[in-house]
Amino acid sequence: MDWAYIGRVLPLYGKAAWLTFRTGTAGILLAAAVGLLGAAALRWRVPVIRRIVSAYVEVSRNTPLLVQLFFIYYGLPKIGIRTDPEFCGIAGLAFLGGGYMTEAFRSGIEAVDSLQEESALSLGLTQSQAFIHVILPQAAAVSAPAVMANVVFLMKETSVFSAVSLMDLMFTAKDQIGLYYRTAESLLLLVGAYLMILLPLSMLGTFLERRLRHAGSGT
Amino acid sequence: MPEAVLKISHLTKRFDDQTVLDDLSLEVREGETVVIVGPSGCGKSTLLRCVNALEDIQGGEIRIRGEEIRHDGKNLPEMRRKVGMVFQNYELFPHLTVIENILLAPVKAQKRRREEVRAEAMELLERVGLKEKADSLPRQLSGGQKQRVAIVRALCVHPDILLFDEVTAALDPEMVREVLDVIIGLAERGKTMLIVTHEMSFARAVADRIILLSDCRILEESSPEEFFTAPKTEQAKKFLQSFEFRRSR
Ligand SMILES: Nc1ncnc2c1ncn2[C@@H]1O[C@H](COP(=O)(O)OP(=O)(O)O)[C@@H](O)[C@H]1O
Ligand SMILES: [Mg+2]
Repeated sequence: MDWAYIGRVLPLYGKAAWLTFRTGTAGILLAAAVGLLGAAALRWRVPVIRRIVSAYVEVSRNTPLLVQLFFIYYGLPKIGIRTDPEFCGIAGLAFLGGGYMTEAFRSGIEAVDSLQEESALSLGLTQSQAFIHVILPQAAAVSAPAVMANVVFLMKETSVFSAVSLMDLMFTAKDQIGLYYRTAESLLLLVGAYLMILLPLSMLGTFLERRLRHAGSGT
Repeated sequence: MPEAVLKISHLTKRFDDQTVLDDLSLEVREGETVVIVGPSGCGKSTLLRCVNALEDIQGGEIRIRGEEIRHDGKNLPEMRRKVGMVFQNYELFPHLTVIENILLAPVKAQKRRREEVRAEAMELLERVGLKEKADSLPRQLSGGQKQRVAIVRALCVHPDILLFDEVTAALDPEMVREVLDVIIGLAERGKTMLIVTHEMSFARAVADRIILLSDCRILEESSPEEFFTAPKTEQAKKFLQSFEFRRSR
């Protein structure tokens, strides 16, 4: 193991890790927003939108992220929309993750008894107030494990971003191996960087799950 | 004669092709307590849910102080605030403390000042003996305590009429009284109420008027005295007999 080499390329991996983290986080946050809207549309049975959401969930969950990225990266310019690689990565992750997040939130929302909503409505809350203040907090407790599993899963999926020439961790490691044949060092740095991003996320998930579990059960 | 707070005219309610309420008319006047009794499945809950516009209706109309309340109407949240509802299973919000449960609608929906509502809520909680439970979570309360909180929560919205749907049916017997006493207290203070119950001695004590609902209709409407001592219809007699026990010797 050449520690001097590792020391030299560390800043490079730091930059790549930041890119992975930044695009991953942006994509995941967007995915969560899409998921919330999707789940709300399914809950309220918005006639046409509901069909569209169901179809979207199936498409996004049953096609590989790589294929989705190619669609965005090579497809959008064909209809005149110019994009940069980072935008493609974020959009692709939001598209894929939106489907999974819709499912995660939907199951949480379904677990909340409809009488809870009626109780809120009978007090004079609007539908959206009832959703935000009554349904969502209880649904969140039920959805938390699935949502956090999705967060970790989506962060790992960023490893295919290199295919649309985003200079993320995978890209950097492949580059370094190709240029200098530093396979062992590169792999060590790659694994180390991913663990540094993902382990805290997993731990945060476990922590949140414990905290939220109280909110769900019992009337 | 005091004005009608609730006026139901020719109400028809169907679920698919099952008619649950058929051409039903009913008035509740200011300060009046009306009790609805009737066999299980005769549409008592459905009637209350229609008044709160939780159900759509297929005919007739429901007015609160002259204003129509409809499932698909405008200003629905505002109209619903005129109607307070207490459910059989309390339906407190489990993630909020007692005081947060009470403050939610007045603060978020009515935009009233938090401090002012809190003061009112604490006073009402004290009156029902739950002042020290203000910061407890619902799961830390007994059924009877939860139901008293639910009543305070409904009161704090300042509804014109309160609806009670078998609010003691889910309670252990020893907790029934503490809840019913609260409701009797409200009647004494002149609250306008429409109550569904299976507690006959409570019905007799609290009601200004008793209504027997059966076969989608109002079968009998009379003073409690008359209803319990001299029921007019055969169905009312049968219904009352179903609450009596007799041992043949
Ligand atoms: N959401 C619903 N869909 C279909 N039928 C219903 C629904 N709610 C109530 N019903 C029917 O309406 C009738 C009256 O029910 P309900 O009002 O709950 O009676 P009660 O409260 O007097 O016991 C019952 O036959 C019941 O099966
Ligand atoms: Mg009922």
